[in-house]
Amino acid sequence: MEGDPIKLLLVDDERAFVDVLCNRFTRKGLAVTKAYSGTEAIRTLRKQDFDVCILDLKMEDMDGIEVLKIFKKMLPSMAVIMLTGHGSERAARAGIEEGAHDYLTKPCGFEELLAKIQETVSREERSA
Amino acid sequence: MADAVHGSQTRYWILLIIGATVTPLLLVSIIVLYQFREAHQKRATTHLEELVQKHKQNIDGFLDAKLGNIRMLASSFSFEELRQEEFLRERLRDLQRVHEPVFVDLGVIDESGTQAAYAGPFLLGHADYSDASWFQNAMQREYFISDVFPGLRGFPHFIIAVRSTWNGEPWILRATIDLVAFNDLVEDLRNSHTGSAFILNRAGEFQIKPPVDLMPDREFLDELLGADAGDRREIRVTQRTDQAGRRNIYLATALKGGSWRLVYQQEANEAFAEFHSARNVSLLAVFLAGLASVAVAFLLGRKTVSAISEAEQRTQMISQQMVETGKLASVGELAAGIAHEINNPVAIMVEEAGWIGDILEDDDWGTPENLQEFQRALQQIKTQGTRCKQITHKLLSFARKTDERTQEVDPRALVEETVAVSAQRAKYANVEMSTVFEPDLPTIRASLSELQQVLLNLINNALDAMWPNGGTLEIAVKHLDDDLWIHVSDSGPGIPEANLERIFDPFFTTKPVGKGTGLGLSICYGIVTRMGGEIDASSEIGSGTEFRIRLPIEREETEADGQETAVAGSGGEA
Repeated sequence: MEGDPIKLLLVDDERAFVDVLCNRFTRKGLAVTKAYSGTEAIRTLRKQDFDVCILDLKMEDMDGIEVLKIFKKMLPSMAVIMLTGHGSERAARAGIEEGAHDYLTKPCGFEELLAKIQETVSREERSA
Repeated sequence: MADAVHGSQTRYWILLIIGATVTPLLLVSIIVLYQFREAHQKRATTHLEELVQKHKQNIDGFLDAKLGNIRMLASSFSFEELRQEEFLRERLRDLQRVHEPVFVDLGVIDESGTQAAYAGPFLLGHADYSDASWFQNAMQREYFISDVFPGLRGFPHFIIAVRSTWNGEPWILRATIDLVAFNDLVEDLRNSHTGSAFILNRAGEFQIKPPVDLMPDREFLDELLGADAGDRREIRVTQRTDQAGRRNIYLATALKGGSWRLVYQQEANEAFAEFHSARNVSLLAVFLAGLASVAVAFLLGRKTVSAISEAEQRTQMISQQMVETGKLASVGELAAGIAHEINNPVAIMVEEAGWIGDILEDDDWGTPENLQEFQRALQQIKTQGTRCKQITHKLLSFARKTDERTQEVDPRALVEETVAVSAQRAKYANVEMSTVFEPDLPTIRASLSELQQVLLNLINNALDAMWPNGGTLEIAVKHLDDDLWIHVSDSGPGIPEANLERIFDPFFTTKPVGKGTGLGLSICYGIVTRMGGEIDASSEIGSGTEFRIRLPIEREETEADGQETAVAGSGGEA
C-alpha cells in the first residue's frame, strides 16, 4: 500500500481553484480527480474509490453536508476534509458530527491542504 | 420652531385641562346652588308666611275681641242706661281697666246720627254724625269696624260700632280704638332691620303706614290690591324691585274679613340673608377651586407637554439609533458576504502564483510548455484580480447608495443660506454671527442637504453652548490645494480635552437628558468622511471651540464600472 499514490477527490464549484490545486497536487505525486459540483462528485464516486476528499461546504447545486452524508454512505473509508468560509465554524462542526474527518477555513493555501491530507492518510494507514 | 410648536401644544393642554376640570365644577356648582337657593327660599318664605299668618291672627283676634267687648256692652245695657254720661264713663273705665287704654272713648248715637252721650277725652258731646260715612255704614249692619280716618277730632283713629235696638228703634254704641296701641300690634311684626308691615284698605289707602324710606310705589300697591285673594286665608308672596333699586319680598294677606290688607315687606337680601351668605361662601369656594384647577392646569399642561416632547425625543433618538444600527448591520452583512466572495479569487491568485513557483523549482522550468503554463497562470491571476475589484466595487457602491443626490454646490451660497436660517435663533441667543469667504471659491459636487445638515448641526451646537450669555460665531470658507476648508469658530465655554476625543462618537452628549441625542456630530462625521473629507475640533476652555471641515473638491467617480476588464493603463486608480 505504501508507495501507491494518494487518491484525492477535489470537490468545489470554483473551477479555477480546483484546476490549479489539481495541477499542484499532481506535481506532488497525488492521483487527483476533479469534480465541479456535488452531483458530479457523487457520479464519480460510483466509478472510483478515493482515499481522501476535499469538499467545499458551500456549493451552488447541493449543500455540502448533504453531499457528505451521501459520501459516508457510499464510501465510508474515504476521509473527507471540509473547506468552510470564515465564520461558518458551526457548519463545520455539524459536518464533523456527520462523519467528516476534519475541516479547514478558507482562505487556506496549498501547503496547508497538503499537510492535512498527508496527516489524514498516515493516520488512516496506522489504523488500518 | 420647535419652541413655537412646544408653546402652542402647552397652551392646548392647559386649556384642555382647565376646560375638563372647571366645566364640571361650574356645572355642578350651578345646579347645586340653584337647588339650594330654591330650597332655602322656600324655607325662608314659609317662615315669613307663618310669621305673617300669626300676626294676621293676632290682629284679627284683637279686632274680634274688641268687637266682642262692645257687643257685650251693647247687649248688656239699654240705650237709656248708656245715654247717661256718668254711667257711660264708668263703663269706659271698666273697659280701660281690663283692656288697658285700647279704648279711647265710647259714644252712644241715636238713629238720627246725634251723639246722645260721650265718654272720653275729647269734647265731642252732642256731635252730629249723620253725614259721616261710618255712621251710615254702621246703621246698615249689626256691627262695623271702620277704616282709619281723622274724624271730628282731627286725629287718625278707627271705630268699632255696634247697632242695637231699643224700643224698636236702632241706636249705635261706638268705641274708638287707640291707633297707637293698634300700631304697636302691627309694628310688632317687625322682626328685622328691613322688614315692616302696613295695612291698606281696598281703596289703597294706608291704615297703618310703612316707614317713609320703605314705602312701596303706587303701581305696586295697585297690583297688590288688584289681584284678589279668593280665599281670605291665603297669603300672597311676590318679589319686586322698588324705586331705589332694592329687591323686596312682599307678603299680603286679608284682614278684617277682607276689607283690609296686611302687607309685610322685607328686603330680599335680609330675608334670604342665610342663603346669600352660604351662596357667597360657596361661590368663593368654587372660585378658589377654579383657581386651583387653573394653576394645576398650568403645571400639568407644562409637565405633560415636556413629558410628551421628552418621550418624542426619546422615540426619535431610538428610531435614529435603529436606523443607524440597521444601516451598520446591513453594511456589515454585505461586507461579510463580500469578504466571503473575495476569498475565492484571492485563493486562486495565491495558488496560481504558488503553481508558478512549483514549476520554477524544476531545473528545466524554461520549456515552451512551462512558458505557456506561466502565461495561462498569469492570465488567471489577472482575471481573478479583476474579479476582486468588481466585488469591492459592489460594497463601495452600496455605501454610496445611502447618500442623497449630488449636485454642484456653491459653498458661499450654502453658508449664507444656512446662516440666514439660523439668524433668528442667533439673535435670540445673543450671538453675533459673521462669515468670511476667500474670493473665487470653487463649487463642490456634493449633496446639498447633507452639507446643510452638517453646517446647521455645528451652528446649533455653538448656539446651545453659548446660551444664555451669547457671544460670537464665525464661519470661514477657504480654498487650499484641492480641498475646500470650512471653519466654524465660537466664543463659547469650550470643550474639555477629555471630551474632545469623544465628541464624534454616536450618542455622546453633555446635554441633559432630552435635550440632545448625541447623534449630531457623529452624523456630521459620517457625512463628511463619506464625501472623502475630514472633520475635527479644537478647543480651549474659556476661549471657544473651532470645528474644521476639509472637503475634497474632486470626488472619485467610481459608480458601477463593473464591465472593465483591462486594468493596466487606465490610471486614476487609487
